[in-house]
Amino acid sequence: MSPTRLLSTPAQTVGPFLSIGMTWVEGELVVPQDAPGSFWIRGRLLDGAGDPVSDGVVETWQADPYGEFSHRAPLGSGGPTTGGFGRSLTRPDGQYAIHTLKPGRVGDGSGALQAPHLDASVFARGLLHRVILRIYFGDEPGANAQDPVLATLADDQARSTLIARPDDAGGYLLDIWLQGDHETVFFAV
Amino acid sequence: MSTPRQATAPPQFRRDPDGTHPPLLSPDYRSARLRAPLKTPIDLPQRLTEVTGPVFGDGLVRPDDADLTRGHAAEPAGQRITVSGRLRDGDGRPIPQSLIEIWQANAAGRYRHDRDTWPAPLDPNFDGMGRTLTDGEGHYSFTTVKPGAYPWKNHHNAWRPAHIHFSLFGRSFTQRLVTQMYFPDDPLFGQDPIFNAVPEAARRRMIADFSLADTQPEWALAFTFDIVLRGSDATPFEGDEHE
Repeated sequence: MSPTRLLSTPAQTVGPFLSIGMTWVEGELVVPQDAPGSFWIRGRLLDGAGDPVSDGVVETWQADPYGEFSHRAPLGSGGPTTGGFGRSLTRPDGQYAIHTLKPGRVGDGSGALQAPHLDASVFARGLLHRVILRIYFGDEPGANAQDPVLATLADDQARSTLIARPDDAGGYLLDIWLQGDHETVFFAV
Repeated sequence: MSTPRQATAPPQFRRDPDGTHPPLLSPDYRSARLRAPLKTPIDLPQRLTEVTGPVFGDGLVRPDDADLTRGHAAEPAGQRITVSGRLRDGDGRPIPQSLIEIWQANAAGRYRHDRDTWPAPLDPNFDGMGRTLTDGEGHYSFTTVKPGAYPWKNHHNAWRPAHIHFSLFGRSFTQRLVTQMYFPDDPLFGQDPIFNAVPEAARRRMIADFSLADTQPEWALAFTFDIVLRGSDATPFEGDEHE
């Protein structure tokens, strides 16, 4: 007998009215606002002309501060899901914002450790399928230098599109460029 | 001694074959021109972050969230329908307790959204948003009204076929999918660049089936829409039909 193989349902754009179906109260809060050690990751979603994408959404998924995907850490007590999921609809100026904790280092399956990272999906009008990136942290130069995913990228310019830089408020900034000279490195997973 | 966590290798989800999803740069869809990334994506190996995903508790949804015709002073205008189906992975396994979000225009083709301003009426009894969790066998069901077609400015006399947006989570980050469900025999398919951005052989998978058997007498027409998310290379499952 051959194994069952069903063909996947194709992707389609979220369209311009995604906020009707994708709005979650406190979706941006992976952890509560007052969680010790928590911070905001912010940035703009931009198109190939540098214009803000105001009808998009950034979703994040991450390990807890111990590098685990179990539920013993405080992640998830802020938002509507269990575990480290966040969702931010972009604002009129293209801004997204995710309130979270820095994840711990997660193994790469061969005994080495990855640098702290979030996986992120971006959906928008004009995107017929999601695009996928990772968000790393600029104040982790040692871990980033050892990260097996960052190591596969062409050069520091490419890596810089995925590394959020610390801001003055104890958080991080990362703009996401869908197209153009600064185009973010996107992944196929 | 190895720990139990490391004793089980995480699943690896198969890549969808070419011909499944629309290319990001589909030039007939004008909004894609400045938004579709132009560089080739980098392969990301599937490690724990990629093969895990959020778990949804029952508290996230209420039973009425799956009935878009309720919660207002009266019933919305339009043809009452049910949209039901099964969420499975590419190995035929049902995906239980998984969040499905939907949104749609009202029966006149108008969305309840500030930026939808074309001259069709809003319906005070319809918001157009629903959510549910699949049951233990992956089944879901929504009650709603059939959305209308609506014009947009993509090209001269452009109209979107009637559709319902579907957002699916599955079990893992890798399985995350947003799609649109269409209705059978829509005469607007031929001119729609979003529907036609999907390779031809796969378009059928976005179209619901009408079901007289599930249609409720004196109440609602039934449509069936089964959804398949990427399968994994774990032990395959026997017994379900091939497409």
